[in-house]
Amino acid sequence: MNNTFYGKLIFELSKEGRKGYSLPENKLAEYKLNDLPAALMRQEPPCLPEVDEMTVVRHYTNMSNNNFGVDTGFYPLGSCTMKYNPKINEQMCAKPEFTQLHPLQAEADIQGALAVYYNLQRSLAELSGLKEFTLNPYAGAHGELTGLMVMRSYHLDNGNPNRVKVIIPDSAHGTNPASAAVCGLEVVVVKSRPDGTVDVEDLKPLLDENVAGMMMTNPNTLGIFEHNIAEIAKLVHEAGGLMYYDGANLNPMLGKCRPGDLGFDIMHINLHKTFSTPHGGGGPGSGPVGVREGLEKFLPNPRVIREQLTDDIYYYHIEDGEDSLGSISGFLGNFGVMMRAYAYILTLGKDEIKNVGPLAVLNANYVKESLKDYYELPLDGVCKHEFVFDGLKDKSTGVTTLDVAKRLLDYGFHAPTIYFPLLFHEAMMIEPPENESKETLDEFIEVMKKIAIEAKENPELVKTAPHNTPVRRLDDTKAALKQIVTYRELLSVDEL
Amino acid sequence: MNYKFFPHTQDDVKQMLDKCGLKSLDELYKDIPEELQFKRDYDLPRAMSEIEVRNFFEELAMNNNPLKCFMGAGVYDHYTPAVVQDIVNRSEFLTSYTPYQAEISQGTLQYIFEYQSMMAELTGMEVSNASMYDGCTATAEAMMMAVSNAKKRNKVLISETVNPFVIRVVETYAKFHGIDVEMIEAENGVTSRADFEAKVGADDVAGVIVASPNFFGILEDYTGWADFCHEHKTLLIMNCPASALSVIKTPAEWGADIAVGDGQSLGIPMNFGGPYVGYLCTSKKLIRKMPGRIVGATTDADGKRAFVLTLQAREQHIRREKATSNICSNQSLMALFVTVYMSLMGKQGLREVNEISYSNAHYLADQLVKTGKFELEYPDKPFLNEFVVKTSLDVDDLLNYLEISYAAGVPIDDDKLLMCATETISKEDINDLIDAINEYIKEEKEDKNDE
Repeated sequence: MNNTFYGKLIFELSKEGRKGYSLPENKLAEYKLNDLPAALMRQEPPCLPEVDEMTVVRHYTNMSNNNFGVDTGFYPLGSCTMKYNPKINEQMCAKPEFTQLHPLQAEADIQGALAVYYNLQRSLAELSGLKEFTLNPYAGAHGELTGLMVMRSYHLDNGNPNRVKVIIPDSAHGTNPASAAVCGLEVVVVKSRPDGTVDVEDLKPLLDENVAGMMMTNPNTLGIFEHNIAEIAKLVHEAGGLMYYDGANLNPMLGKCRPGDLGFDIMHINLHKTFSTPHGGGGPGSGPVGVREGLEKFLPNPRVIREQLTDDIYYYHIEDGEDSLGSISGFLGNFGVMMRAYAYILTLGKDEIKNVGPLAVLNANYVKESLKDYYELPLDGVCKHEFVFDGLKDKSTGVTTLDVAKRLLDYGFHAPTIYFPLLFHEAMMIEPPENESKETLDEFIEVMKKIAIEAKENPELVKTAPHNTPVRRLDDTKAALKQIVTYRELLSVDEL
Repeated sequence: MNYKFFPHTQDDVKQMLDKCGLKSLDELYKDIPEELQFKRDYDLPRAMSEIEVRNFFEELAMNNNPLKCFMGAGVYDHYTPAVVQDIVNRSEFLTSYTPYQAEISQGTLQYIFEYQSMMAELTGMEVSNASMYDGCTATAEAMMMAVSNAKKRNKVLISETVNPFVIRVVETYAKFHGIDVEMIEAENGVTSRADFEAKVGADDVAGVIVASPNFFGILEDYTGWADFCHEHKTLLIMNCPASALSVIKTPAEWGADIAVGDGQSLGIPMNFGGPYVGYLCTSKKLIRKMPGRIVGATTDADGKRAFVLTLQAREQHIRREKATSNICSNQSLMALFVTVYMSLMGKQGLREVNEISYSNAHYLADQLVKTGKFELEYPDKPFLNEFVVKTSLDVDDLLNYLEISYAAGVPIDDDKLLMCATETISKEDINDLIDAINEYIKEEKEDKNDE
């Protein structure tokens, strides 16, 4: 990462008459685009940049140098599982025999691709203890929506259209209630106990004949395993509801625990968290949805089905199921992301994948224990993959969680997830994935301690951080007030 | 435990456990009741070395057969300049997180700002968000936006000429979100104006979804449609493949309120259906109803121009169940993909891509008609790079025959084929395809004579 700010926009490098492409000569130029009715054509060409090829390459290379990534340094981002993105995965998913397939090609020509889809689906089913997966959802939130559609379909199929209440803990991620709303369901919030787990007594009165189900992460967003999970699942099931598992926090479970064995009926997995596919600056992700036996008929179309031809020869089909909830994607989802996740599972195999959870949990506990004298730890005891500090231990300095987060950037670390979960005012959620070495964690711990000392001795230094990044703290209010979201608008203002 | 993704030595593990006051890794899980723990081995293959992983995918690749592609139906085989994949593979982009920490994410924030600017230019609209999953879900989001904007109306119309892959996603979202979707009839390959006016005229419609080019490749004439919609307090939503917008009349020029579609045609490989990128653009007036992330310009503490995620009060992490959408992760890296593509191509390159595609498709249509076995299904309708032919040949049998070298089209009926040509096809490719079809016709005739 380069801390000198580049800052130019491609439009500012444009000069009329330059070009950055080459195309073959049109040998059929007698067929003229201009013969189309003028009334159906655009009047002015779009204002796109005119730049030569090397200028484009330098522009985006310089821009990328102002970006932090997993390959740059450590991300202690809670609930985001910023693990290493293996290079072999990138090479496998770039194979032209896969990238050049049209999704509507004949089945006989896409058997390799369908095998990847089917076998990844089976691997996820085994790892999660559920019956069957769809890989069509494009991201975690899309998986939540799909899973809730399965839940709704199940109740409609059973003649229970009134089951519309989804119970969601107050510590849940914002996508949970938002997905429920998009699905046309009603959100009911269940409280957490002081130890961060679901309050079973608060839950009981919520379980009536209108309950569709309950959404949970486990471990929850505080990194605490919901030890009452069996009882919760029993209560929800007795009330006729289904249990939904948000797979955002699946990583610590690998090797130790399967959502299907805990009583969950539906779940999604974020392949871009637990299964090592890159976050790409916010996507593409992939949010496969798994269901227990009896619910698979509701999964979205299209589906991939395997037919056994001989002992070890299979043929794969694309099918639409009659009872399916419908379609939630154009085709079979973010296939390129699946290729990477499958390569990751094959690389680790049964032998190594079981070490993922324990090592991630070890890392989290080590950081927590090393820093709890400096930062406020509201929940003591063994955590899972992540834990939450409620800001600095010494609150007298006026240094906030945001300040600490920004100061971390100066020291070459990404910030933790901050101000989430909403249960604590100064929440700072830390998740060190299994790929991080003790040396990296020790360095992080030292920096965190140093910031705590700085907060006492020189609070202004922390409050005005970052100081060594390409740009300094940004004026969010100005951005929201001015609403300049295109280059054309930028040109129209005298100054920002 | 000593493995390439795990840096922990035995000594590290011991020291770290000591710090936690624990004796074994198992103790880290002592809070999970025994009966809920997973005790056996996973039923998965053994770990593979990198060589074995390569060989494994090599073998799978042999079971795929990428063909010379005359298929479209929403996914187009346009050329990807070498630069694009190279930039997108830069790990500073690839391995970065959502740019919430703006000070160390200016690379991501800047390309999203460029993406928004370019998509706004292509569609002619005022604003764009930072991307959606694909064209289908973007259209569904636009539908929900229209209903939320209308407040008391709960009905959305969609033309039968819209891509059926889009329609089925829209219908699924509508079913669960509690929106009534009604179809507007198609007449001779285009949306029926009479049916449109009758249904919008009932004054209970929140939004209308139409497409151009439509599923059959036809450029529809929507003169006066936006005015009619607005007179009846209805939003007009247009779905268009992104590349075509560099030459055809834009959603903004038609007076549409929301422009949506797939950006795949901007050089993204067909990728067996994904990842692609959905776009959603609208007017400034509707910006607060928009789903997804938006990047805006601002200044930093030193007054430097910089970029930041903005208007986040619309989003799920702030508004929870009251958010405009549940979208969180989008297709950011694919937004970079099409941004680099558009930077290279510029307005002239995009125009040339469409010119060559137009020429190829029209030559292909002429040559098919010349075989005597095909005719255009909609001969009086203008098209860009895709069209429907009706044939007296057995469509399935013909496609099977051609499958050795060609994905020759998408069958849309027993006797109809949707065919497409882009700039990756040459005149010789088309001649070769026509030769193969003539060969098929000849063999078919001989077979019949034998009988």
